[in-house]
Amino acid sequence: MADKEPQQPEELPIVLVHRLPSFKIPSGSSFRDQLRSQFHMLDPHESPEPYDSFLARHAPFIRVLMATGPSPVSAEFLERLPFLELIVATSAGLNHIDLPACWSRGIVVTNASLAFAEDVADCAVGLLIDVLRRISAADRFVRGRLWPVKENYPLGFKLGGKRVGIVGLGSIGSEVAKRLLAFGCTIAYTSRNKKQSVSFPFYANVRDLAANSDVLVLCFALTKETYHMINKDVMVALGKDGVIINVGRGSLINEKELVQCLVGGEMGGAGLDVYENEPNVPKELFGLDNVVLSPHCAVMTPESFEALDQLIVVNLKAFFSNKPLVSVVSNE
Amino acid sequence: MNNIGVLMTCPMSEYLENQLENRFNLFKLWNHSSPKPDFLKTHSSSIKAVVGNTKIGADANMIDSLPNLEIVASYSDGLDKIDLGKCKEKGIKVTNTPDVLTDDVADLGIGLALAVLRKICVCDRFVRSGNWINGDFALASKFSGKSVGIVGLGRIGSAIAKRAEAFNCSISYHSRSKKPNTNYKYYSNIADLAADCQILFVACALTEETHHIINRKVIDALGPKGILINIGRGAHVDEPELVSALLEGRLGGAGLDVYENEPNVPEQLFSLENIVLVPHVGSDTEETSKAMADLVISNLEAHFKCKPLLTPVL
Repeated sequence: MADKEPQQPEELPIVLVHRLPSFKIPSGSSFRDQLRSQFHMLDPHESPEPYDSFLARHAPFIRVLMATGPSPVSAEFLERLPFLELIVATSAGLNHIDLPACWSRGIVVTNASLAFAEDVADCAVGLLIDVLRRISAADRFVRGRLWPVKENYPLGFKLGGKRVGIVGLGSIGSEVAKRLLAFGCTIAYTSRNKKQSVSFPFYANVRDLAANSDVLVLCFALTKETYHMINKDVMVALGKDGVIINVGRGSLINEKELVQCLVGGEMGGAGLDVYENEPNVPKELFGLDNVVLSPHCAVMTPESFEALDQLIVVNLKAFFSNKPLVSVVSNE
Repeated sequence: MNNIGVLMTCPMSEYLENQLENRFNLFKLWNHSSPKPDFLKTHSSSIKAVVGNTKIGADANMIDSLPNLEIVASYSDGLDKIDLGKCKEKGIKVTNTPDVLTDDVADLGIGLALAVLRKICVCDRFVRSGNWINGDFALASKFSGKSVGIVGLGRIGSAIAKRAEAFNCSISYHSRSKKPNTNYKYYSNIADLAADCQILFVACALTEETHHIINRKVIDALGPKGILINIGRGAHVDEPELVSALLEGRLGGAGLDVYENEPNVPEQLFSLENIVLVPHVGSDTEETSKAMADLVISNLEAHFKCKPLLTPVL
């Protein structure tokens, strides 16, 4: 490899870097080097040329776009790239990308779920154990020097035997299921469609799943249809001791109703990594010991980002050599 | 059996207290704490059973002052607060509450490891402080796939291993002797185990041999990227060494449920973000507390009805 002449950027396959100006590729320089040695990375924000003319000039050659972070990809934007065939997204959630517009143009979209699944599942399980066993609250209790004073600490709840309902059994939901089985939980799920290869009980809608669960773990995508899918009805069905863990998107839940239920003691607890209006979190939750709050960091480990880097390179290489892609997001 | 005297050593479970009151003549040691010697003198001859726990069990003094003691039923799995030698000598039966709490303790162990590595408690503090408005939280460390070492592969150690495997962790262990019927890698030397793993769980019984089994050598072997999770007993760990290792960054982090001098926790730890501290709650769930209490009652009833004990130790 050392003997090979480095290829001129113009000879390398072209990839458009799509990002908000403030958003840089969130990885080490080795990732940038890897990309630039194998692909011609076109970044309009790194050119002195005005954005619109840069894009228009290169559009005929752009078949692949790397969608960095939450930078929106709208139908109007897609209009400007008539030869686009693939979008490689750097996040698991794709609510910032107009997926129906992509699919109607035959554009394939890949996301980061495969790279992030383990870390997100770890976060979900960690939040659940924390809520049931009151770990964060207990840590506050000890650091607040209350143990010698109050002696006994309120009991938590056992994890084993809990009926866990997974909402969305994709790569993340499957990793959550695998872990919770080892703790003696039983698993059931709801999804757009029943999964033939899965033996867990399937419920056609989330309300029925909630009625038969002690815990709901939200692992599904935010779309027009799933907006506020977890509402008061679902929370009532889940019951007074029910626990919700959200590692999806804040707007999967009607946050106002969630706060009301939690503050009113109508729910057992919640572990939240996402919120409707980040970084704002309803202050009413701050005084509750049965709630654990995380600042949208379920994927924030160096290992996750390394896995993401690799996943992106793998998919870009696969596309340009006509090989199968991984972590493809479909309509199923 | 309402005339049989049962001594409860300290508050441990309201449910258990009620059950004991319904069935026996219950004496609560904490209501008679001063002067204890007088109380024991007055009522001692009627006391046939002691119900103790990990805080106050049945030491030699107590056993000697209860001439008609027949059975010590411990509301715990651990027996380090019971003078087993004295009980054996006097033919006093001892029961504990194994198995029912295995899952809870293992769950807490994994929960602590996740909380330390993923900084869950720190994150929660960060959000509650309102600081998220000012900028994102820093990176944490992945749990899945890390190498796990377990000290003591008994019921609790095995339960930890089973859970960690679901996170794709590799499992190694140290115990008095190699266990048959397991594929986990065995280390006869605990410092070698610590050197080769990233997360070390303490899950063995406290005995003379395991006192301070986690010493400076082991802590240094675990190292600045290693995490110690103690769900055993405080005395398993040389606590001053642990504190200085954490303060100096020689140990990556720790999740602690137990301490050498409960309920006192070294205050130097309170400012550290790479540790999680919980107040000996390993088996403290509604479900398990009730199961433990039921087991204590069942053992006592079996004994006084001359039936076989359910979970005898002696």
